[in-house]
Amino acid sequence: MTSGDLITLLPLIVLTAAPVIVMLAAAFYRSHALALALTLVGLAATIVSLFIAATRTSRQVTPLLSFDTYALFYIGLLTVATAAVAILSWSYLQRRHVHPEEYYMLLLTATLGGAVLVASTHFAAFFLGLEILSVSLYALIVYPIYRAQFVEAAVKYLVLAGSTSAFLVFGMALVYAQAGTMTVSGLAPLLRAGLGGADVVVALGIVLMLVGVGFKLAVVPFHMWTPDVYQGAPAPVGAYVATVSKGAVFALLLRYFRPLSLDPGATLFLVFAAVAIASMVAGNLLALRQDNVKRILAYSSIANLGYLLVAFLATGGRAAVAVTLFLVAYFATSLVAFGVVTALSAPERDADSMDDYRGLARTRRWTAAAFTVALFSLAGMPLTMGFIGKFYVVAAGAGAALWALIIVLVLTSTIGLYYYTRIVVAMWVRQPDESAEAVGAAGAAVGGGSAAVLAALTAFLIVFGVYPTPLIQLIERAVATLP
Amino acid sequence: MILLWYILIPAVAAPLAWLVSRARPQAARWVAVAGTALPLALVVWQWIAAAGALKAAFAAHGPGAAGLVQGTWLAHLQATWIAPLGISFFLAADGLTLIMLVLTFAMGLLAVLASWRGIQERVGFFHFMILWTTAALAGVFLSLDLFLFYFFFEMMLIPMYFVIALWGHERRVYAAIKFFIFTQASGLLMLIAILALYFIHGRATGVYTFDFTQLLGTQMPSGTAFLLMLGFFAAFAVKLPAFPLHTWLPDAHTEAPTAGSVILAGVLIKIGAYGMIRFMAPLFPQAVYDFRTVGMILAVIGIIYGAVMAYAQTDLKRLVAYTSVSHMGFVLLGIFAWNTLALQGVVLQIVCHALSTGALFILVGTLQDRIHTRDMAKMGGLWAVAPRMGGTAMFFALASLGLPGLGNFVAELLILVGAWQVSKWAAVLGAIGLVFATVYALWMMQRAFQGQETHALRFDDLLPRETGMYAALIAALVILGFYPQPLIATARQTVTSVQQITAGSPLSPEATSAAQLLLADDTATDGER
Repeated sequence: MTSGDLITLLPLIVLTAAPVIVMLAAAFYRSHALALALTLVGLAATIVSLFIAATRTSRQVTPLLSFDTYALFYIGLLTVATAAVAILSWSYLQRRHVHPEEYYMLLLTATLGGAVLVASTHFAAFFLGLEILSVSLYALIVYPIYRAQFVEAAVKYLVLAGSTSAFLVFGMALVYAQAGTMTVSGLAPLLRAGLGGADVVVALGIVLMLVGVGFKLAVVPFHMWTPDVYQGAPAPVGAYVATVSKGAVFALLLRYFRPLSLDPGATLFLVFAAVAIASMVAGNLLALRQDNVKRILAYSSIANLGYLLVAFLATGGRAAVAVTLFLVAYFATSLVAFGVVTALSAPERDADSMDDYRGLARTRRWTAAAFTVALFSLAGMPLTMGFIGKFYVVAAGAGAALWALIIVLVLTSTIGLYYYTRIVVAMWVRQPDESAEAVGAAGAAVGGGSAAVLAALTAFLIVFGVYPTPLIQLIERAVATLP
Repeated sequence: MILLWYILIPAVAAPLAWLVSRARPQAARWVAVAGTALPLALVVWQWIAAAGALKAAFAAHGPGAAGLVQGTWLAHLQATWIAPLGISFFLAADGLTLIMLVLTFAMGLLAVLASWRGIQERVGFFHFMILWTTAALAGVFLSLDLFLFYFFFEMMLIPMYFVIALWGHERRVYAAIKFFIFTQASGLLMLIAILALYFIHGRATGVYTFDFTQLLGTQMPSGTAFLLMLGFFAAFAVKLPAFPLHTWLPDAHTEAPTAGSVILAGVLIKIGAYGMIRFMAPLFPQAVYDFRTVGMILAVIGIIYGAVMAYAQTDLKRLVAYTSVSHMGFVLLGIFAWNTLALQGVVLQIVCHALSTGALFILVGTLQDRIHTRDMAKMGGLWAVAPRMGGTAMFFALASLGLPGLGNFVAELLILVGAWQVSKWAAVLGAIGLVFATVYALWMMQRAFQGQETHALRFDDLLPRETGMYAALIAALVILGFYPQPLIATARQTVTSVQQITAGSPLSPEATSAAQLLLADDTATDGER
């Protein structure tokens, strides 16, 4: 490790310093505004440090971490998403009389975990990153402690995450015992050999690791916690779990498994394909029967991760671009959707019932418009990023001739239209039995910061939905360093 | 550049209409009128200007030169859009495009005029949606990049969905969601087909592009071509709609507000026919030929089934909706016959059906605004109360049943003559549909307007604004009935060029010599005599 490596490591150093500063500041002077301001400054400094780190030519820092453009891009994505969540959380926490300062610290540490994940090239960094992320999330989910359902959600998450972490570690141990290495580059040839089923121990190790990863991504059959945690957790934390937590793990998955270039006959390919199909089908079907907006978003995210796996399996040149583009679209869309839920939530309970959205278009035209754009983006309609993202995923799948997968994708995303439009209908269509007052649990106005974030993200969805070329070129450059 | 204005004018007018409505709701209507009338005037101007060019190009190069290559377009515009995927912003217009654009803006204008009284709630938002639909429809007919086409194809779903769901009748939410899901699902199948074509072409040539003119003639195994053709067919058959994929149509047309029904029946479902002529058959001529028997059977079933179902309705609007299924059966029949006569008939049918059915929907709408029902059991003897309305309804009912002297007759006759050359049985069975059409049209007149006046309904007859609207439509249908030549001449370039593209396949055995074309023109003019 040289002093130059410290410059390469700068993003992580800044991200580590930021929560410490927020914590120390809170210890001396409790102020919500100060905590948020320091958090945003820390995140902005992280973004700046990314550009500084990008000037370095040597990107590998110890065998554990690689700060190639891929990692830098994803750290940037996670950082921006965290900033959006932090701003959205402000008025949510402000309305609830809790001490909110440590909340921001936890957001920052969780993001640090995510940043370690996307840069990890070694099992040790993988596990460290995952645990930093998970432990922060345990506390975040339960942060406004006064509600029993938060505790339920947090305990559920804690128990499941803890046990799947054990699976993950055990899987890593098995692979290491057999392969004698824990780096991605060292593992690839061994894994490729072991995947044929020749080496049972390696195969078992990989499957156990996939349990850990699958849990974080909430793909079927590891999805059970998602609806409960989404429903139980505070809405901004839900946004965080849906985006940063899943995005970081998916970026890692792409880095670890891409060198294997799975061919459609391989057992591992079939495992992933089965998981993808099950996620798309189950996610979309289960969402149909929900009346709770947060649960609908939870099932929709299960389905979206299924779509993402299709792109992941398309090993052609566009797969990494498709995954990243879809993730960016999914991040922006989910942040808007959860942002609206957050902004409308009353102190007593979150605005997660379908009734909270009835007639929203008449009382809050712009909020309803933003949510509508997000829902249409989730449904993959043109003029939104969701369309471009889904198009890229289908194109990547078609390029790799994964016809069965993309036909399932197409058919299940049609089912998705039904529940997305249900929310749209609730917002826009006047029901016969609806009185003028029966609108929304939401009392307070949408705060200025939240409104700005929602407007910016909605504009992002539309601008890059119409002209995605600059973003695609950026992503193409970013993923080029991926082996 | 002029092509871009066709999309931009309504697209800019849309938010403008919404904005001005906050100050004065009435102003939104005028913005919408301008947003549709302006491009309409522009297309008509381009059409007139191009009339000479069309003829000159035809005379100079013969039918063979009128292929889908750059330079033979009346106008085109190509710019890179999403370069990494080889997607370009490629707009181009030929004769058929102009006809479809005229239809789009005329129906858009009609939709705005027809909602002058009927829409009083969220006026700005309504016109925003109508103009958005118009812009997207113009985009659909102008794009020659398959991605761009799909983009616009999907884009018009959202405003149409809102128009049905927000301003529709009793079961509007159900109808809107059904419409949305049917169209989206079939559209996605087309997307898969487009992507497959993109990769097959890219692998073979190294050029990855969605440019339709470059994708033409892509070599692939016949089984693959057939599957891809089915992907396109699914999308267009749902739009058209062809039996058995028609079930969204009666719901959507019936529950939509008048403006929505006019746009749906007048333009939106014509995308199905347009797409088959422009994209499906030229891309996969052999597969379309292999599918011809099934296609013609579906067409004939559609003709007869639609007519029988129309007869069975008690809801006046639903009756009109089912007549569309029947009329679109003729369109499908003509497309699968794929000879000059039939295709010219199809183009004519597209226009005449838009005019006559659009008028009938407006008529039902005005009637419903006045007597607050569409149930024919509650009508009867309305002619005595509103003779102008009765007479107008009679005219359009007769147009719908294919009365000689009106455009619809020429269109259906051309299609049947064309189909006869391919399959006598299909033509014979299709002609039976005309008999059913007479039954439902006259039965509708009998139940709604004739007979005993039992319910003592009193309401205003047609107002001057409405009379003017209908007069224009009546005049258009009569002119097309007696002198369809300008329309046929405009469409001729397209009809010839798409046939030229498919000439190598058994789909176009006649290979369209110039002599036959002249013959076709003679027959066309004979048709209406």
